[in-house]
Amino acid sequence: MSSLSEALTDSSIMLRRNLKHSLRNPITVFNALLIPILVMLMFVKVFGGAFSVGDDYVDYATPGMLVMGISYGLGATATAVNDDMTKGIINRFKAMDVSRGAVLTGHVVITTVRCLVADAAIVAVAFAMGFNPTASAMDWLAVFGLVVLLTFATSWLTVAVGLAAKTAETAGLAAVPLILLPFLSSAFVPAETMGAGVRQFAEYQPFTPIIETLRGLLVETGPSSGDAIAAVAWCVGLSLLGYVWALTTFKKRA
Amino acid sequence: MRSSAIAVSGLRKAYGDKVVLDGIDFEVAEGSVFSMLGPNGAGKTTTVNILATLLKADAGTAHVAGHDVATATKQVRTAIGVTGQFAAVDALLTGRENLQLMADLKRVPSGDRTVAQLLDQFDLVEFADKMTATYSGGMRRKLDLAMTLVGRPRIIFLDEPTTGLDPRSRRTMWGIVRDLVANGTTIFLTTQYLDEADELSDQIVVLDQGHLVAEGTPAELKRQVPGTHVRLRFADLDDLDTAARILPGATRDDQEVTLRVPGTGDSKSLRALLDRLDEHMINAQEFSVHTPDLDDVFLALTGRASTKEAVK
Repeated sequence: MSSLSEALTDSSIMLRRNLKHSLRNPITVFNALLIPILVMLMFVKVFGGAFSVGDDYVDYATPGMLVMGISYGLGATATAVNDDMTKGIINRFKAMDVSRGAVLTGHVVITTVRCLVADAAIVAVAFAMGFNPTASAMDWLAVFGLVVLLTFATSWLTVAVGLAAKTAETAGLAAVPLILLPFLSSAFVPAETMGAGVRQFAEYQPFTPIIETLRGLLVETGPSSGDAIAAVAWCVGLSLLGYVWALTTFKKRA
Repeated sequence: MRSSAIAVSGLRKAYGDKVVLDGIDFEVAEGSVFSMLGPNGAGKTTTVNILATLLKADAGTAHVAGHDVATATKQVRTAIGVTGQFAAVDALLTGRENLQLMADLKRVPSGDRTVAQLLDQFDLVEFADKMTATYSGGMRRKLDLAMTLVGRPRIIFLDEPTTGLDPRSRRTMWGIVRDLVANGTTIFLTTQYLDEADELSDQIVVLDQGHLVAEGTPAELKRQVPGTHVRLRFADLDDLDTAARILPGATRDDQEVTLRVPGTGDSKSLRALLDRLDEHMINAQEFSVHTPDLDDVFLALTGRASTKEAVK
């Protein structure tokens, strides 16, 4: 077997392991699915009526909810990666003829799958609440692509955090900013309506152009090219950062 | 010369200015049990990690299964199995799934048969489909070792495999090690337990502060330390007094009412000793010959009691 196909086989074995973990530990799936849906119900049904965002609130909020779904989907990853590093199993893998990155790839792929499942559920709930997108099939494809890209980027970042953290607790804590970021973006209300300081932060943080791009694709006439370029650039940049950080930490530890 | 499973020469490793291994050399014959003995922090785990390709040495060479651990990591990894100090099992998988994971990663043909065999051999059938998070410490250790055996590695590293196990589980572990060696596997064992090394090893090295301070078979090591003696216990202090008078060179213990008579332990000198007691009509209530155990060896070699003693 060539080394690439060996690596792919190893990664898929690791993915199977992560898949079993997810099924054994329904809390992670529960967190990833239920919390964003609850937040969505709360915003659309409770607060939404009080916001004036120009269109139907569910149409405004759904793109942001997709990003929020990813944030929650990441939650369990840092802890799981850290567990692998600190509980000795990683040394077992390292002393075997197993391709180096397979453990990490397994985590990244399972996280991506979890996030996509969460986002699919969010879209379904959105439709149930009267979501009325104007997106064409191509637009949907672009939405899917961007969601996958963002998930991939943030997964590597979260894996790196999990590798770098000393304990599982700090790893879990380190993921909190990722969960807070959507709230400080244009996910629920337009950035222009926010107070000074927060507004600037919301305008320049990575999630805002991503959400604006998704919104442009789903419910508006198309994203501004500035937002779209910024969104893709952030995703690629974060992927690279996460990937390099994860790999160097992985080599250094154990 | 018999071929060596492991050959180490001039191995050095330091963390900052703390020298952990200060140039050690040894060879392990194929199909034997080699024990590395030493207190905590002596460098045992560091040695295992270097030999198992988990750590790079600063200097020196190490060959495992004929391959250089620094350059031929892939070949070394396919030849070895490692069971570390802490059971490295996946807590969210069942015992069977843990073993299957190893079989998959090692591409063992008909892996499920291997898995079933190992579950049976290690007495884990009953718990095979329970998550290992529910296993006891001893069961987790057994599973850990079973996982190491998947794919039949030729050389197995056991880093303190019985630390924290109850006596029964330790005996089980020893039985497993003996079976492995009988089938031609080479075992590299590190332990703090002298009786364990004594029980299992063909060859022992004692590691202390990065140096090998002794090397030999268990019997050879024990012979290096004088200390064979006869212990006599008497009914009362009067007898003890008399005996102490007629046996110069003996050490008495008034509290235990015993006398420790140094000697070689052969039948001739024993008969002479008993004759001497008869002459003075003293009856020893208890009589025993003591050869030094590895604890004595350890004490003599390192100037410290073994960690096990220190813990008591």
